[in-house]
Amino acid sequence: MGLALVPVSRPAPGSGGLTGTWRTLRPVVNLDKCIDCGICWLYCPESVIDWEKGQKIKIDYTYCKGCGICAHECPTKAIEMIPEAGL
Amino acid sequence: MSVRIDLLPKKKYVMPGNSACAGCGMMIGLKILGMALGEEAVLSIPASCASVVQGLGPKSGIAMPILNVPFASAASVATGISEAFKQLGVNGKAVVWAGDGGTADIGFAAVSAAAERNSDVLYIMYDNEAYMNTGIQRSSETPKGAWTTTTPTGKREAKKDVALILLAHGVPYVATASIAYPQDLYRKIKRASEIRGFKFIHLFAPCPPGWLFDPSLTVEVARKAVETGAFILWEYDNGEFKLNPPSSSLVDKKRRKPLTEYLKLQGRFAHLTEEQIRQMEEEIDHKWEFLLKFAQAASRR
Amino acid sequence: MRALAVLKTALTGNYAVAHAVKMARPHVIAAYPITPQTTIVEKLSEFVERGELKASFVNVESEFSALAVVYGAAMAGARSFTATSSHGLFYMYEMLWWAAGSRAPIVMAVVTRTIGPPWNIHDEHNDILAIRDSGWAIAMASSVQEAFDLTVQAFKLAERAYVPVAVGLDGFVLSHTVETVELPPQEVVDKFLPPRNPDLPLRLRPGEPIAMGNLPSDDRIHAEHLKNIYKAHQEAKKLVKEIDSEYGELTGREYGGLVERFELEGAKYAVICMGAWCGDAKEAVKSLRREGVPVGLMRLRFVRPFPDEEVEALSDLDKVVVFDRDITPAGGILGREVASVLGRDKVVNVVAGLAGVDFKAEEFRKAVKHAIEGEERLMLL
Repeated sequence: MGLALVPVSRPAPGSGGLTGTWRTLRPVVNLDKCIDCGICWLYCPESVIDWEKGQKIKIDYTYCKGCGICAHECPTKAIEMIPEAGL
Repeated sequence: MSVRIDLLPKKKYVMPGNSACAGCGMMIGLKILGMALGEEAVLSIPASCASVVQGLGPKSGIAMPILNVPFASAASVATGISEAFKQLGVNGKAVVWAGDGGTADIGFAAVSAAAERNSDVLYIMYDNEAYMNTGIQRSSETPKGAWTTTTPTGKREAKKDVALILLAHGVPYVATASIAYPQDLYRKIKRASEIRGFKFIHLFAPCPPGWLFDPSLTVEVARKAVETGAFILWEYDNGEFKLNPPSSSLVDKKRRKPLTEYLKLQGRFAHLTEEQIRQMEEEIDHKWEFLLKFAQAASRR
Repeated sequence: MRALAVLKTALTGNYAVAHAVKMARPHVIAAYPITPQTTIVEKLSEFVERGELKASFVNVESEFSALAVVYGAAMAGARSFTATSSHGLFYMYEMLWWAAGSRAPIVMAVVTRTIGPPWNIHDEHNDILAIRDSGWAIAMASSVQEAFDLTVQAFKLAERAYVPVAVGLDGFVLSHTVETVELPPQEVVDKFLPPRNPDLPLRLRPGEPIAMGNLPSDDRIHAEHLKNIYKAHQEAKKLVKEIDSEYGELTGREYGGLVERFELEGAKYAVICMGAWCGDAKEAVKSLRREGVPVGLMRLRFVRPFPDEEVEALSDLDKVVVFDRDITPAGGILGREVASVLGRDKVVNVVAGLAGVDFKAEEFRKAVKHAIEGEERLMLL
């Protein structure tokens, strides 16, 4: 990428800061109940769930805002939202 | 044909740690846009939540080329990008990602002109049904009855049907979509990008702080909007109109879920009386009738 | 060197601008009609339709969109052009600042016209001067030939300084008046104006994620950017002179850079003015010289960047009479700009020719004489 004469931005994690600190509830996955469907990955608005078919999911807690969409949408209820205060 | 989830691209076009609110519906849409068109699109984004969610420079929370532009200008700027690419021989798609305010209100003249010119632009209006970036003020896309900070007792006027207005411009492709149905949205973006000319997608994108619901319910709220018939999924592709699933099986209103299942999830409708809800149901019925008649009239096949 | 044919022809100011734009080989043109600008873009759309100019001509619904279209095109690497007047220019206002803030190398013709109410299509300079702080370079022609020359030069300035350039020409007085013009051969224009670098002010290409204009993490990033626009204008002062000289070598027409000097040798008094009526002012200066009044003239070819140094060179003179074809609640705009360089004591500001009212050589002569002999600071004629 070349020079620019105007301030420009390039993609990087954390453009809004360490957004994991916003979280009051933490999504915790029970991988035994996970059926590897990818629904949570698809709906996660933050792109903090990594998924490849056959490898199950991994959540990036540095940036996860704890919205809980993954837990709500999980068809097997494999994700539970646990209060951060209790952790 | 719905694309299988595991075949969708895994590259991240929405970067973790951006400035969107928790549970932002619009970000699900941006993710899908990236999956469908991330390597081809150049985005024009007018003043909106979408300008803020990118986060703070020199970082960007969206991994696509973006020109942030004045509020009313996006359709015209995208036209310029599209014409420049054509003249310079650059392979690329000019895409507008704009909110309902930037589209249906302040930017509407430019949107209408781009449609009338049939400029080669894919215009996606993510609709969170109010001016959310400035703190939940009414837009022409706010539904009747909904609370906003400038309609404290509920909006008295009906929602403007932008997609139908765009359809009436005679453009080759118009669709509605919802973040609850990402594969449908993915397919529509892919399809639209194959067509030369002006393409418009009205994307329903719930807003947890603006609609007053828990952020875990964003997809649920969007899904209920479709299942109750409040938001209808349809597509107009080069003269052919069709309803998309699940709306296609909801023409018979008995098959729709009761509207309260959608309304009760959201604080913005908490003040509505039973009579008002009954009226809303009637208006939704009317909207279906109107759409189907309009669709019949608009179809060339 | 092969002798290249110069075409001598007769054109209106607007058609001269259209020919200059065509010879600059733009990729994208967008405009909304407004009198007295309209015939520029009519002619350009004709060139495009007839296949004489390979460019996109985009019809838009407003001047705001006209500038937005050429802005998008310029940011994507295209050479682009628009034109407007008066209310159309004001309807562009937000985009004007955004374009300059994006360092978009756009060229725009501004055919000057008074601002309503009442509706009036005649000449005045309030419109083009009102955008003087937006970050655009602003030039003003005094003849049809110069309207052509400045338009060609504007593309070079825009694409070297990364500052959008407005080229002004007086409504009707130049825009619709036929004068003889020399059009340089296309080869000469091509040599003077090579294709622009599509990767500056930034490279906007699919698959290369870069964002322009999101919020800064530190307001100092924004502040530095604003200072850089100021610096670009300072740099543009040098570029205007270089470009004028280079163009002069190729075409035989060099104007003097930011200003044109006339009869300033041995002068005790100077007239400062801008635009087409400087022709009448020059007649007045000649006549006053014949009467024995030691007066010369400095014509502002650019008001942004402002020719501070050139104006400052007049500081030894007894009086400087600044003519404004514009008015604000604080007086004439150029009068105040010149006074900010020379001090108020030296400057007599004459506001005249408002709303298109004729102001001819004889009136200039009387006004200059009155200004020199009298004690007034501001004369409203």
